[in-house]
Amino acid sequence: MALSIKEMRNKLDNDEIKSENLFEESVKKANYYQKEYNSFVTIVSDYKDYGQRETLLSGIPYALKDNISTKGILTTASSNILKNYVPVYDATIYKKLKESGAILVGKTVLDELAMGGTGTTGHTGIVRNPWNKERLIGGSSAGSAAAVALGIVPFAIGSDTGDSIRKPAAYGGVVGFKPTYGRISRYGLFAFASSLDHLGVFTRNVYDCAMVMNIIKGHDDNDMTSLPDDGKDYIASLERSVKGKKLFYIKEALDNSNKDLELGKILNNFEKVKEKCKKLGIEVFEESIDKDLLLALYPTYMSISCAEATSNDANLTGIHFGVRGEGNTPEEIIKDARTKGFSELIKRRFVLGSYILQKENQEKLFLNACRIRRIIVDKINKLFEKYDGIIMPAAAGIAPKFGESSDKLSDKYLILDNHLVIGNFGGYPSITIPSGFIDEMPVGVNITGRICEDDVVLNIAYQVEKSMEYANQVALGDDKNV
Amino acid sequence: MYKTVIGLEVHCELKSNSKNFSSAKNSYSTIPNSNVSVVDLGYPGILPVINKEAVKNSIKMALAMNCDIPDYLTFERKNYFYPDLPKGYQITQFKNPIGTNGYVMINVGGKEKKILIHDTHLEEDTASLDHYNTYSLIDYNRCGVPLLETVTEPCINSADEAVAFLEGLRSIFLYCDTSYARSDRGQIRCDVNVSLMKEEDTELGTKVEMKNINSFSSVKEAIICEVKRQTEILNSGGKVLQETRRFDESKGITYSMRSKEDAIDYKYFTDPNLPPIKLDKKWISELKESIPKLHNERFRTYTKDYSINEKDAYTIVRDKKISDYYEECIKLKGDPILVSNWLTGSVIGYLNKMSLTIEQIKLTPQMLVELINLISSGKISSKQGKTVLERTLETGKSPLIIVDELGISQIDNEEEIRKIVLEVISENESLVIDYKNGKRVFDYFIGQIMKKTKGRVNPSLASKILKEELEK
Repeated sequence: MALSIKEMRNKLDNDEIKSENLFEESVKKANYYQKEYNSFVTIVSDYKDYGQRETLLSGIPYALKDNISTKGILTTASSNILKNYVPVYDATIYKKLKESGAILVGKTVLDELAMGGTGTTGHTGIVRNPWNKERLIGGSSAGSAAAVALGIVPFAIGSDTGDSIRKPAAYGGVVGFKPTYGRISRYGLFAFASSLDHLGVFTRNVYDCAMVMNIIKGHDDNDMTSLPDDGKDYIASLERSVKGKKLFYIKEALDNSNKDLELGKILNNFEKVKEKCKKLGIEVFEESIDKDLLLALYPTYMSISCAEATSNDANLTGIHFGVRGEGNTPEEIIKDARTKGFSELIKRRFVLGSYILQKENQEKLFLNACRIRRIIVDKINKLFEKYDGIIMPAAAGIAPKFGESSDKLSDKYLILDNHLVIGNFGGYPSITIPSGFIDEMPVGVNITGRICEDDVVLNIAYQVEKSMEYANQVALGDDKNV
Repeated sequence: MYKTVIGLEVHCELKSNSKNFSSAKNSYSTIPNSNVSVVDLGYPGILPVINKEAVKNSIKMALAMNCDIPDYLTFERKNYFYPDLPKGYQITQFKNPIGTNGYVMINVGGKEKKILIHDTHLEEDTASLDHYNTYSLIDYNRCGVPLLETVTEPCINSADEAVAFLEGLRSIFLYCDTSYARSDRGQIRCDVNVSLMKEEDTELGTKVEMKNINSFSSVKEAIICEVKRQTEILNSGGKVLQETRRFDESKGITYSMRSKEDAIDYKYFTDPNLPPIKLDKKWISELKESIPKLHNERFRTYTKDYSINEKDAYTIVRDKKISDYYEECIKLKGDPILVSNWLTGSVIGYLNKMSLTIEQIKLTPQMLVELINLISSGKISSKQGKTVLERTLETGKSPLIIVDELGISQIDNEEEIRKIVLEVISENESLVIDYKNGKRVFDYFIGQIMKKTKGRVNPSLASKILKEELEK
């Protein structure tokens, strides 16, 4: 049985259960599933009593993605170059959760350095999809998604640079929310691409998501890109009526003139969601966006993220932290550490990023990518003058099988499987909620709203979720061995 | 004969409580790695937070160098791998420096020249490395300290001009109180670009860069020896290679570090962690008003308005604290020339002898002016003045009190003198008759008066009053 945060809160407040028991239960599950699903890099074994706090998260167990700095606790970013790295300072989000009395259960596996969307590139091995072990859960926040889908913890923190929370949430049948850029401080999040990086949260229902958001949001003097406090109670906003809200979907992204069977099923699922919206009084419209612009989403994302990553990860030299290389000169030592410390996939991205930033290429590759990003954001902002948000299938299909490769140059891949980056380009609040099953695998729908309207996005998602029956679902919910 | 063309890039550490982008202390320390934060060390997940004080000081400097200030404050990353740079990039300003298109006036051999400033930009300093035989040590104290880099146009034409510019620039830092600018602590360092061209040439020659020269005298030597090297190459029909060279102070030669082909591509791009900050126009004009009168202007006032010789004027303006002290004396109605003489002579002599700064001595501007007034009004002699000055410097007592204590002030009060004169007359009544009979006893009376007053009486007044009384 996996309780939601709200349920745990009630039981804790009524003295029906102790936080210590919740923690032990989580740790037990974490260890039980670890071998098969590999959600964690580190499982915290000792219960730490932070004292009774008057917060909604006091005593609630949770997991953190292993690219969030935790003082005294190994933090590897799932990379060999950091496999021995124990931070000396706390990320702001971890500090806030600690202060709220939430109990850390473990640090979750990610795609190495948060680059990748498969959950297969971490240095401790692949993460499996709890709904089907033959399939991946997606990434990069793979372990966090799996830990919540498995019911190990009621919430887990992830990071999202392209779709790293919202895609695995869809593949794992859970809720994944990335708020407005700057709503949660990035201080202590290992940077991948700073202008696109967001922290966010996985839960099994939208209400829980709002509970966590209320604690972790807020301005931070350590992060100059963090927003001023919005002073909003996201829980209070959930019950507002959504009647008259206007959403749109992108026509070109849902084009299935090729009669793709899987895409057909996705579109079918999306039709059902649209029906639910209609019943709630939400109007859903079709909007057209220049296809060339949509085809540019993925290359633009790759150009910007690889460029920023090359620079952000230049601190990983093994000189004063991380695994030390060998050599006779500092250059040799750095080269050795980076040669051995990164997988080929990472090196490929660094080479790309370096190439894109080179003096002779920067104008054409990097700055043009930044311009396209601007054009896309301007286009979406223009549409947001009319609409409260975008509603789209979160992915072009169900979680792929390991080794199954998609055509990376197809329109389907380039647009429908990558449209979530729009949320990162514009820093929009964006949420994926489960919307049903295809071939016994969960799928999700994504709602992305206007900048700073986190409460509106949560409100719509909550109401849409209520109209369906996929909240609080747990993979292996019938596994009685735990 | 070739014309020398020099461009300078001067790095100077700015004053501030904390570092440019972290909360670690910005303070010189001989204990390695004592002023370091996680941000300076570039640990995963850290973020920079801009230091307002460093921005303030860099804007002040840009204004003092007559630069244009941009509407927005932005930063770029300069990417390269080196152990002195923990993040793998330096945060600097590339596209939008804090100051552009400025100038600084210099004076070489009595001739004024405008040195054009291409730009001045705010960045962070790197760690310092100590290399040993088989290992190197890294001190991160300096890492992240706010650094202002000032880049001149290639408009300097001699080593002397270069040094005059550097001294002028350092003086601006000191006058604006924005840096300690001590080269012995590496707080001011310089890259020098040198090229040669023929007088009639319209294009600049190939430039050679010499990096990280620590002292102004080394800059001078480096330029002289690089000009000599390039002249010899050109005279023998050779071509100067575009490269970076290092100046070896001990040998007095430059040697090649890397050629143009090996030049590093720093892959500059805007730092996404530092959003553009709008610079408030009102704040900038307040900063402009807070800039004190600089050395050049003061030098002009002292030499033109106060008629002080250039050497003394230079001595005074070289140290803002001394110049402020001087101006305080002038404000107290001290005679400009006399104050200058006493200040540049005895007072600075004392400072040098005792290794003190002007702020550390007990002689206040009021006391110096008091002393000068005692002398010019004839209360004490110039020679006595020196004694009084020494005692004031020692004790901090005002010159008036010292004069009193030493009993060396002249008695020039007529009443008082008349009293003494009458006393002496009444003690020597018989001599009064002698005097009236034409005997030469006047000097005897004076002698008696001097004896009674231990020589302090004003002699001319004493004669006048004695004569009056004797002839009554």
